[in-house]
Amino acid sequence: MKIACFHLMPYRDLDDDFEKKYPSSWFSLPFSEVADRQKVSQYFNWTLDELTFAAESGFDGVCTNEHHQNAYGFMVNPNLMGSVLARATRGTDTAIIQMGETAVFLNPPIRVAEEYAMLDAISEGRLVAGFPVGLGGDFSYSYGMAPMEQRARYYEAHDLIKKAWTATEGFAWNGTYYQLPMVNIWPQPFQQPHPPIWVPGNASPSTWDFVLKHDYSYCFLTYFGAKGAKHMVEGFWQRAEELGRDRNPYRLNFLIPVGVSETDEQAEKDYGHAAEYLYHKGLHLPEQLLAPPGHMTHSSLTHLITKRPFPPYDEFKKMKFNDFNDKDYVVCGSAKTVTDRLTEIVKTLNVGHLMILPQFGSLSHEKTMTNIDRIAKNVLPSLRGIWEDTSWEDKWWPSGAEKKVKQAA
Amino acid sequence: MAKPRKRVVSVLGGSLEMTVNVAGKGKPLLFLHSAGGFYWDDFLDELSEHYKVYAPHFPGTAPGRPNDIEKVDNLWDTVIAYEDLLDALKIKKCILMGHSFGGLLASELAAQRPKAILKLILIAPIGLWTEKAPYSVWNWCSPSFEEIMDVLFYDKSHPAVVERMTPPAKTRAADQWTIDFIWTLGCTAKVIWPIPDKGLKKRIHRIGCPSLVVWGEDDKLIPPIYAEEFSRALNDSEIYMIPKCGHEPPLEQKALLFNKVHPFIQS
Repeated sequence: MKIACFHLMPYRDLDDDFEKKYPSSWFSLPFSEVADRQKVSQYFNWTLDELTFAAESGFDGVCTNEHHQNAYGFMVNPNLMGSVLARATRGTDTAIIQMGETAVFLNPPIRVAEEYAMLDAISEGRLVAGFPVGLGGDFSYSYGMAPMEQRARYYEAHDLIKKAWTATEGFAWNGTYYQLPMVNIWPQPFQQPHPPIWVPGNASPSTWDFVLKHDYSYCFLTYFGAKGAKHMVEGFWQRAEELGRDRNPYRLNFLIPVGVSETDEQAEKDYGHAAEYLYHKGLHLPEQLLAPPGHMTHSSLTHLITKRPFPPYDEFKKMKFNDFNDKDYVVCGSAKTVTDRLTEIVKTLNVGHLMILPQFGSLSHEKTMTNIDRIAKNVLPSLRGIWEDTSWEDKWWPSGAEKKVKQAA
Repeated sequence: MAKPRKRVVSVLGGSLEMTVNVAGKGKPLLFLHSAGGFYWDDFLDELSEHYKVYAPHFPGTAPGRPNDIEKVDNLWDTVIAYEDLLDALKIKKCILMGHSFGGLLASELAAQRPKAILKLILIAPIGLWTEKAPYSVWNWCSPSFEEIMDVLFYDKSHPAVVERMTPPAKTRAADQWTIDFIWTLGCTAKVIWPIPDKGLKKRIHRIGCPSLVVWGEDDKLIPPIYAEEFSRALNDSEIYMIPKCGHEPPLEQKALLFNKVHPFIQS
């Protein structure tokens, strides 16, 4: 079992009545009106401190991610952050998990091939190359490309990057979206033939098929909790079987906000505001902005409208900390409670890589550091052995991060 | 009300089939719909009493053919498809009318094949840009359905608006209505994202026929100032501003619109 520390890098100090004053915390929220530049500077440094501390404390990897034009999480270039982390953890076995620089946001996408190769070199082979399709709103509203092109561009960018990483000589690329006369990147990645590829997604069957076909690891990122994830994850494993893939738990990553306190009662005091802040303010997002018209294929759109597999986002606003905690949207409590619940989640969903979010919503730097410390000392040791007595091999862990057996601090 | 018949014709060297709604007799009138999709309203119906109306579905928006949108990659492909459509329908000369997104297509088609167009009627077209009145796909793709109702119409309680914009009562039909609405926005957005300023300003001078630019005075979606921008760019044009009217003159002010358009064509 591998456990990584994930960070969204949110704005942590939105006003209490923020969601009543602004229609969305995404895309159109005015920075100069809402944000304090001193605080923003502090958040970026705190985020780096928190992820570095997680690495020092015994997490197996540190995860960054990319979103744009929002207060929910604005780590707009994860590779800038990953670069600092790669250097700060030099000589350790911490995986640098970029979840990740989004190829279709960049033109040409070989920039991602190059930057990942640089990170792989700086980290001496500890890079996990995240390949997000990217949020529809980020792609189309923030970065100005037609929603209907996103998936096709993604597939093309993926093929181009893989070829750029592995080609033994320069080549011309004549694609639908990208044309390059001489692709010959310097450097190519440290890991051979290339870093392990993880693909994040939100239960889209077309992404499952892509991941399984290429034998990558899938990261299920959901806002609707581990209980709600169960039937969707079952769909993933069923599809894996149909496509001839085994049930190796390392094929699956799962992300979840976690808060550890001395007691279950104390957890509400420690994390109640932060959890409600994440869902009420960070995800204060009119649904139609998430997926602009054309983002989904016609069959996915039909599935969404006729089957309604997700509850409406407005439902979040009606929920309180105890609802989020009861439904495993967040896992907060004493170390024992958290360990038991995460163990249950990991075993139920058949997850080999757990991505823990120890900072969420408004959670302060101080509380986050305490939380990371408690998770590392009191939760990770019990989780780490979960798949140890099985014969499953983690084929999706970077070779440079396998140097020594990880011990909790 | 006339019931248009559907005709399917082949364009783009056979790689795309376009579905065209045809009704009426007389001079051919090609009507290009907005990003809201094809809808046979009273305005088209009345036109079909005087003209042979051809109203094609934009690729991907014809019933049962959603994936046809994959056959056009960009605006250039689209304009060529519509030019092929004229040939496929054996239309040598026609009256060309476009509404909003369809106004952009109509302008492009008229610039591409100017000699085929007898009269051009643009109803609140997109396609030009001035810093004085910025707009983008954000205006019509980002709002919720409730918000877009306020943006589109001067009076959303107008009976024609209510009839057009109320989903069917039965769940299955309502779901299909919602799917069609979103999908049509997505298909049309594909060729103009993110700002429909795609170079028409460098081509519009080729349009030589008499042109009528119509705008609702209360259009909150595309600023009425663009009536002047279009009129200035066109060689031979007049402007007609419609009072108490938003972005949808065919629904909100059908009589005023028809009473202006019909004599303009006849003149």
